[in-house]
Amino acid sequence: MVLLQISEPGQSTAPHQHRLAAGIDLGTTNSLVASVRSGSADTLPDEQGRHLLPSVVRYLADGAVEVGEVARADAALDPLNTIVSVKRLMGRGVSDLQTLGSVLPYEFVAGESSMPLIHTVAGNRSPVQVSADILAELKRRAERTLGGELSGVVITVPAYFDDAQRQATKDAGKLAGLKVLRLLNEPTAAAVAYGLDRSSDGIIAVYDLGGGTFDISILRLNQGVFEVLATAGDTALGGDDMDRLIAAWLMQETGIQGDPGHAMQRRLLQAACAAKEQLTDRDEVDVFVDLDDGSRRQTRLSRAQLNALIEPLVRKTLAPCRRALRDAGVSAQQIGAVVMVGGSTRVPRVREAVAEFFAREPLVDIDPDKVVAIGAAVQADILVGNKPEDEMLLLDVIPLSLGIETMGGLTEKIVPRNTTIPVARAQEFTTFKDGQTAMALHVVQGERELVDDCRSLARFELRDIPPMAAGAARIRVTFQVDADGLLSVTAQEQTSGAQARIEVKPSYGLTDNEIETMLRDSIEHAQDDVEARRLREQQVEADRVLEALQAALKEDGDRFLSSDERVSVDNAARRLAEARNGDDARAIKRAIEALEAASAAYVDRRMNANIQKAMAGHALDEFK
Amino acid sequence: MAITLTEAAADRVRHFIQQRGKGVALRLGVRTSGCSGMAYVLEFADQIEDGDVVFENLGVKVVVDPKSLVYLDGTELDYGKEGLNEGFRFNNPNVKDACGCGESFSV
Repeated sequence: MVLLQISEPGQSTAPHQHRLAAGIDLGTTNSLVASVRSGSADTLPDEQGRHLLPSVVRYLADGAVEVGEVARADAALDPLNTIVSVKRLMGRGVSDLQTLGSVLPYEFVAGESSMPLIHTVAGNRSPVQVSADILAELKRRAERTLGGELSGVVITVPAYFDDAQRQATKDAGKLAGLKVLRLLNEPTAAAVAYGLDRSSDGIIAVYDLGGGTFDISILRLNQGVFEVLATAGDTALGGDDMDRLIAAWLMQETGIQGDPGHAMQRRLLQAACAAKEQLTDRDEVDVFVDLDDGSRRQTRLSRAQLNALIEPLVRKTLAPCRRALRDAGVSAQQIGAVVMVGGSTRVPRVREAVAEFFAREPLVDIDPDKVVAIGAAVQADILVGNKPEDEMLLLDVIPLSLGIETMGGLTEKIVPRNTTIPVARAQEFTTFKDGQTAMALHVVQGERELVDDCRSLARFELRDIPPMAAGAARIRVTFQVDADGLLSVTAQEQTSGAQARIEVKPSYGLTDNEIETMLRDSIEHAQDDVEARRLREQQVEADRVLEALQAALKEDGDRFLSSDERVSVDNAARRLAEARNGDDARAIKRAIEALEAASAAYVDRRMNANIQKAMAGHALDEFK
Repeated sequence: MAITLTEAAADRVRHFIQQRGKGVALRLGVRTSGCSGMAYVLEFADQIEDGDVVFENLGVKVVVDPKSLVYLDGTELDYGKEGLNEGFRFNNPNVKDACGCGESFSV
């Protein structure tokens, strides 16, 4: 006898046509799957009644794959073949691993594309494959629970994920045999889970401190429509970092010396994590650490000590909060509700700090581990058509700025990050050289000042620019992003109408090709970036000055300059050329000023001669 | 003429209506569809239509349109688990035959 669920009025499906949908929270530490049944969304447990699936995959020599609790239990025994926190590697290039490699104890091998592969006894595995194994396990659980095949899923991603990371997540879904209806930002899912879409209009902050990532999002609810005003965060900050701090403290307290092996490191982290969790309800706990030689060390950790240990991490979450508020153009007082997401928000000190910062008690009623999956399930239910469409419309934002490369390898941002899509923005550019008839356009994505530090999306050329003096051409570059995130860039020369256009999906398929440079947190490099920009700008200016001077000297240098004067101008020009190749922006600036001073008389004479030439043959009153 | 709910079913219905935030009753019905001729309808009811027959069981209102009632009379609605799956079950004395999965039936 079949088991039925209650449908919305008039939405009963015909037999064998139930459309089953699920929401998946693919987390760094734990993953969950949720579904709407009889109008109510909840996470689905496994046979043992456990809702959380540890995001841990173990590969065995015989090709078998263990996922979840079993794999986690074996993590300490077999650290090299047991993959944890794989989400941190999603969409990352090999070059990114230098910063992550010290944290993750795996043996990486470079793959054919720039995607790193993890070496295991069962062969090399990409982060996408590992994620797919987790998703496949959740799919099996959902299909057993719901009694049928899933028609579609919504997978959540941190709002901070860039396009490569989003694409990698989608690919993992596909590999697991899932139809990914869409990716949903985790904070938006959380707000949906709290039913804030049905409450009155207002501004909502979502504070998400998970195992491995921190996200703060500012959402605006306007007449039932969610708009993401701003997002900020840190892709490498979370409960795992707390565990590491506690583990380091444990090593110190128990007198463990030197570099602990992989297995020892795991045991320390497990002990640290357990202690942290227990301190949510207790003031003091005993912590035991088993050493390699079989002996056992014991120490005590109090909540006050824990608070002191993690205080720097808690503080570190508040800077992105300030940044997001600034990007959104709202003050902390304007926030109407604060939603807490992620297991780490159970830590009492975190709740305290957030309540202090936003001057209001955060929402913690829904289990912070489940809230994102529940929101995703609600959204998935709508998307497969089980609910009338008009229930909810979520607007998306551009996660990273889009811009083009300008002279000197600098990035000119045209569409700033957090702009809601669809959007169209235009800006005018000009030519650099006299008689320039073509212009190469390089579309980039990222927050950094130098193109090399941003992601290259596409290159194209605008040709048939009529020859004009440098700076006279007016080239209008228009960026357009449609509702599906498809970017088209158009460049048009305004006088002739010459036009060139390119369409980009600002996302990289995995096999597609190189992910050259992954984006670091731009804040970390703000100072370097400013210096680098200053230097490049001066270099570009130096080139421009030298080019203009050489052109003029060639034309009439001998006519207006005595040989002594010529020598001093040439000397100044040479000193500028030398300074230009150095890396001191101020030295270049001084050399430009020196050259301008040395050539001032020449420029004056030249200008006078040109004016005389222009006025020759004209009566004075023509100029009145 | 009667439709009844088991305690487990009444419990779940109350919970789901409360979760949903609106709804005045639970609608039961049948319609002609499926491989064995008939299929059950199980929906939230936001309003009671003219001609609906209303039953009240354990604090839960059940509405059935008069046409469907002919096929549903004497049905007991239960809630149960089968493996990981859980949901509602129609114990309908009128059913003569059902398709393999039980989603559709004939009388």
